[in-house]
Amino acid sequence: MADDLTSRVLKYLSENEPIDSYELSKILEQDHQKIVGVIKSLQASGDIIDAKQQQNKSYELTDEGKQVADGGSHEARVYNAIPDDGISQAELMKSVPNAKIGFSKAMQAGWIQMDKKAEGGAKVTKKIDGIVDVVQECMRKIENLSLDGISDNQKNEFKKRKLVQEIKFTSYILSKGPNFTLSIEKQEVELTPLMISKGTWKGTSFKEYNFNALGVMPSSGHLHPLLKVRAEYRQIFLEMGFTEMPTNNFIESSFWNFDTLFQPQQHPARDAHDTFFISDPATAEEFPMDYLERVKKVHSEGGYGSQGYKYDWSLDEAKKNILRTHTTAVTARMLYQVAQQPEFKPVKYFSIDRVFRNENLDATHLAEFHQIEGVVADYGLTLGDLIGIINAFFQKLGITKLRFKPAYNPYTEPSMEVFSYHEGLKKWVEIGNSGIFRPEMLLPMGLPEGVNAIAWGLSLERPTMIKYKIDNIRELIGPKVNLQMVYDNPVCRLDK
Amino acid sequence: MSDPGSSCYKYLLDYTNILRIIFQDRYKSFIDLQDKLHQNICRRRTLVAIGTHDLDSIQGPFIYDAKPPTDIKFKALNQTEEYTAVELMQLYSGDSHLKSYLPIIQDKPVYPVIYDKNSVVLSMPPIINGEHSKITLETRNVFIECTATDLTKAKIVLDTIVTMFSQYCDEPFIVEQAEVIKPDGTSVIYPELAYRHEIVNVDDINKKVGINIDGDRMARLLTKMCLESEVIDGGKNLHVAIAYGYNNLNWTIPNTNTISNQFPLNKLTDLMRQEIAASGFTEVLTFALCSRDDIADKLRQDIKTRNAVQIANPKTLEFQVARTTLLPGILKTIYHNKNMPLPLKLFEISDVVFKDSKKDVGSRNERHLCAVNYSKSSGFEIIHGLLDRIMQLLEIPPSQDNSGYKIKAAEDATYFPGRCADIMVHGKSIGKLGVLHPEVITTFDLNLPCAALELNLEALK
Repeated sequence: MADDLTSRVLKYLSENEPIDSYELSKILEQDHQKIVGVIKSLQASGDIIDAKQQQNKSYELTDEGKQVADGGSHEARVYNAIPDDGISQAELMKSVPNAKIGFSKAMQAGWIQMDKKAEGGAKVTKKIDGIVDVVQECMRKIENLSLDGISDNQKNEFKKRKLVQEIKFTSYILSKGPNFTLSIEKQEVELTPLMISKGTWKGTSFKEYNFNALGVMPSSGHLHPLLKVRAEYRQIFLEMGFTEMPTNNFIESSFWNFDTLFQPQQHPARDAHDTFFISDPATAEEFPMDYLERVKKVHSEGGYGSQGYKYDWSLDEAKKNILRTHTTAVTARMLYQVAQQPEFKPVKYFSIDRVFRNENLDATHLAEFHQIEGVVADYGLTLGDLIGIINAFFQKLGITKLRFKPAYNPYTEPSMEVFSYHEGLKKWVEIGNSGIFRPEMLLPMGLPEGVNAIAWGLSLERPTMIKYKIDNIRELIGPKVNLQMVYDNPVCRLDK
Repeated sequence: MSDPGSSCYKYLLDYTNILRIIFQDRYKSFIDLQDKLHQNICRRRTLVAIGTHDLDSIQGPFIYDAKPPTDIKFKALNQTEEYTAVELMQLYSGDSHLKSYLPIIQDKPVYPVIYDKNSVVLSMPPIINGEHSKITLETRNVFIECTATDLTKAKIVLDTIVTMFSQYCDEPFIVEQAEVIKPDGTSVIYPELAYRHEIVNVDDINKKVGINIDGDRMARLLTKMCLESEVIDGGKNLHVAIAYGYNNLNWTIPNTNTISNQFPLNKLTDLMRQEIAASGFTEVLTFALCSRDDIADKLRQDIKTRNAVQIANPKTLEFQVARTTLLPGILKTIYHNKNMPLPLKLFEISDVVFKDSKKDVGSRNERHLCAVNYSKSSGFEIIHGLLDRIMQLLEIPPSQDNSGYKIKAAEDATYFPGRCADIMVHGKSIGKLGVLHPEVITTFDLNLPCAALELNLEALK
């Protein structure tokens, strides 16, 4: 740092203070920006100098102004083009560049006169014997960055004539600082291994750190925000003693997705408008046939105290393969498995996985989303148990104000929508759905009388979007994800 | 009433009813109700079709018949001329509202039609009513007919209409019944408006709801829910619970003791996700559904070799198949994030789907791990290094025999020739890695070299 220029600046300053940095650049014959560079580095080295910033106005010549400085003002050139015995106006106009402006300025100044009635057209003659080209003189001064003797009126006139233009720049008024010194010692930025081994750090001056600047982000990979939330929900279920269901089967038969859940075959959810049907492989072929017969019966005739739906249940309809519309299809498979055990053992199950709906898409709806589901099957479970366990679940998510509202689902009775009070939105928002599985669903599976199954479900996307304040689901899921958002995303603590 | 005659269509019978009604401003609401019923419980008229008529313009008895379309001719609702059924079907094929109902009967040899005593056409269900019996604001006596393929639903629909509108009759809550004579000569009176009696057990309900109230209180609660109840020797749990108030129940935790287990594949997935992110790759989450091109043409592959599950009713090209590879989703993610600093190192661990005749539904999921390096140089060594790291994490040693893993030169149209290898574990290929073919890169609108790996994580369980 103690280079030549810095020394020269300090030396000059030690004898001549205060000094404007711009003037100093002229004196030292250096570009002003270089001087500014020196000032900045001196400022960073402690209070060696005082530098007060100031805004300056200056003028520089336009191209036209430069022409004037070189060859004289337009009016002077017109004057000089007139011979002693005069010249016709037409000829004069051709004689010099910018003659028109020059002519009117010369007339204004009273340098020349014109006889309009002269023979052969208007004739121009000199009015006075000699002129001083003040404009050219001023231009030369300005070119040399001096404004001495140029009045404000003149400056404005030149500006109007577009001979000069105003420029603004910053300079510094320099004076000695409290720690002024002529010899700057070199400041070190980093502590080096050499300094440590040789002990030279002791006598070395270190440059101050700027603690207001941000550090360098570690280069790393990142987990996806939605899947971080998924991991958190998964953790909560595990803490509550729930076992994870194998939901790695996106393709499901209508039988397991709808019929086993006592969802009638004419139900709107089974329409092509809501459900993706599979054309290849179009149908499922293997079913537990005795169970299938019981399902058929409970739909078409009823049983177990139910009236059924009283329609012709069709095996072909049940065989149709679809993309599962809910993970409850897997729950049905699992509960059926439970019923096939020699002795009933209570279970607590959960799953979080993709489901598919052939619905219209918008900013908050995609054709696929993640469903979170929890289910408990045991003897003597009550509606109070369902509310209690849902409350325990949401407590772990940091949601404490809950309300339950009657609702209708085809496979639960009673059914409840779960609402929570959202402090940000200042209103009750629906956060999930729940219910007790119908006997028409459980009893045909072969579960013992008296065994109830309570269940609740919610989507993974909705709470995640609310938590991270994401309005458009496409910024979160799919190829249009905002990777910067993924990079910047915090750890997921749902109870925070 | 005559036999509809054909087994080709299933319209079972005809329910008729009469409401004496003052419409005034309720006319619109009456039409809305029919519309809602048609859309929902009637499944867009495939299960039940409702016709309402000005009774004073027609004369019973009414005949529900089935005739060849050429033999049916009448002035349909809001038409000025008579058309045959054939002409009407042609006419309505351009009607945005009615055209969706035409397929219900279109290909049948005979169409259902209802006549009055004087052979005036009331309607040709489930398509259109006749102009003659049109309801207006001045109509005082409404004749309702429901034709159906589902008897239970027809009864529900009829009961719903008459109960919802009978309160607006001259004499409220009065509906005139109508007798329907079936083809076999038996007759039925509609609407049934049947009561359903249920006997329920007070203890059972208390247990299911998780409360303890006596039969008298339970009966009062049920009656409050319009389920008139009285206590007999023994007392519906939903309605008791609603009347009791869900939020007034005791919140209890089920006394169900279980030990939880993770699904092993999901556990492995979560462990690997953490480790691969720690290796500098960023996780993406892409769609399980995509277009056929995404998994075939764009990857320079033949769709026939992909063994993909095909979707029958996609609304757009994006939902034609279930993906068989994670690669296109990641490449699309790169395309949408081209402005981000290089290199882009992305990965996903998720399910793809293949047809599999060994499964009950004829297909199976397979958990894949895919990673891509997108930068100014292809970075094959980066992807190769990631593979080495994955194998290290799973305790599979590198080996040139079959005791561990190795990579072996392979040809694959998705990858640049000579820059592709099979990932061999214990002698079996579990995936591929390599530098992507330039045509694959440009098809995804990318312009920098890309190295990728995709493997079946389930083979490493």
